[in-house]
Amino acid sequence: MVAGQGQRATSVDGTEALKLSIRNLTIGYGGVPALRDVTLDVRRHEIFGIVGPAGSGKTSFLKAIGRMDEFTRAMSVEGQILFDGKDVREWRNVYALRRRIGVVFPLPVGLPMTVYDNVALSPRLSGIKKKAQLDEIVERCLRRAALWDEVKGRLDALGSLLSGGQQQRLTIARALSQDPELLLLDEFSIAVDPVTTMRIEDVLKELKSEVTIVLVTNLVQQARRLADRTAFFLTGECVEVGQTEALFEGHVRDERTSAYLEGRFG
Amino acid sequence: MTMFHATALNHRNRRVEWLVRVLFLLMTLLLVVPVVLILAVLVIRGGPALSFEFLFSEPLNNMTAGGIFPALVGTIWLVGVALLASVPIGVAAALYLSEYAPDNMLTRAINLAIINLAGVPSVVHALFGLGAFVLFFQFGTSILAASLTLAIMTLPVVIVATRESLQAVPQAFREACWSQGATRWQTIRRVVLPNAVSGILTGIILEVSRTAGETVPIMFTGAATFIPFLPQSVMDQTMAMSLHLFTVSTQVTNVPESLQYGVALVLILLVLAMNAISISFRVYLRGKKKW
Repeated sequence: MVAGQGQRATSVDGTEALKLSIRNLTIGYGGVPALRDVTLDVRRHEIFGIVGPAGSGKTSFLKAIGRMDEFTRAMSVEGQILFDGKDVREWRNVYALRRRIGVVFPLPVGLPMTVYDNVALSPRLSGIKKKAQLDEIVERCLRRAALWDEVKGRLDALGSLLSGGQQQRLTIARALSQDPELLLLDEFSIAVDPVTTMRIEDVLKELKSEVTIVLVTNLVQQARRLADRTAFFLTGECVEVGQTEALFEGHVRDERTSAYLEGRFG
Repeated sequence: MTMFHATALNHRNRRVEWLVRVLFLLMTLLLVVPVVLILAVLVIRGGPALSFEFLFSEPLNNMTAGGIFPALVGTIWLVGVALLASVPIGVAAALYLSEYAPDNMLTRAINLAIINLAGVPSVVHALFGLGAFVLFFQFGTSILAASLTLAIMTLPVVIVATRESLQAVPQAFREACWSQGATRWQTIRRVVLPNAVSGILTGIILEVSRTAGETVPIMFTGAATFIPFLPQSVMDQTMAMSLHLFTVSTQVTNVPESLQYGVALVLILLVLAMNAISISFRVYLRGKKKW
């Protein structure tokens, strides 16, 4: 039993409450382990924070969920990742799986196409061609990512020419354009100013009612502000999972967790 | 009172910087000199031969007079057909090698083979073309056989240039696209190719220059020294500018000098014109690409 796992989320199958069940997940790169034997659950409509220093395996964890490991050389994934109770490895159509999972990368990647095309990319990939429908999706996603007001006059500008903070919100809009059930954010605020970070955080709080969010962050205070539950990763090990507030108040099983959260690490 | 004094080392660094800069500039100028000289000599000596008549009439009197029209048309045919064959194959191969192929022994062997293909002397390609296309596939000595020989010869240029421009597209773009549920092909079509196309065109420009100037490979496979009519299909033999230049310079006596230089000048202008078209297209495309 994983720490912090609630009553409703006890069995792997049939539990409506679980969006992700990770069982004994081990990830390695060419034989060098990056993540060892991680078991945890992510509940529907929660923000699940993952904190930990560099090299703790957080990004590898996110990659494995959308089966992005197939694009990374020598990356091996063992164990189970149950998405809605079904192992992601059993999805025949990996592209359909990925469309249900929105990903936001640490450095904003505005694709070298217009703002409009950036957001319309995913709907177009899934076959939506009608201009009116695309217009509606683009506006809705840009609004939800708190970017609409800034770019509505220049949807034809290149996405890669927006400012860093705008590009990051653009990637969030892009991730939302596929109507994901799960949103994976990998240190999204690394290249974003504090004001924009706060705006994005507000967006995430609103999104929580519709989307399950996994938030990898190296800012422990960000995890505290946003995450319902938080996991602490350290050098490829999941040290602890718990209610965020409880962890920050010092109710930890492992002393290393409070040491990290309180910033007296090392 | 100054807070900062330049030391002897600072001064030395500055002098070295200046020297290195001048040295590199000189080398660059040295590189330009032959190009300018060649063009100047050709224009001065061959310029007078140029006329509408020269470009659009047939050679006369055993090629000592008249024009070059059949050779001009023949070279355009040869280059065109060679491009039709090598660009799709080369770009597809480069896409596979860059976007799909796993990094294993086989891929590395193929890459090595491509580099070696670029190093094979043109006379060997010529003999291969003769054996394979003229004799084995029974295309005869024809534009088709000659163009395919040229295509094989220039494939490595296209593949290497294409692969390099594909790899210049940041990996983050691909990952962003894949994470949206795009297949590899969708990613290539929507993100990779639009950003690599200017580099691919550079490869094609290089190929055009080489193809138009090659002599030996087409001599054995499809080009003839004198044919009084224009090619009607790819199965015909043809004259070609490069071979014509070779012929009027070394094989025929009493050719006026201006005619020889004129042929060379037209050949160079032809290559420059094709390059100019591709380059302006490339500039147009590059203007639309920014990241």
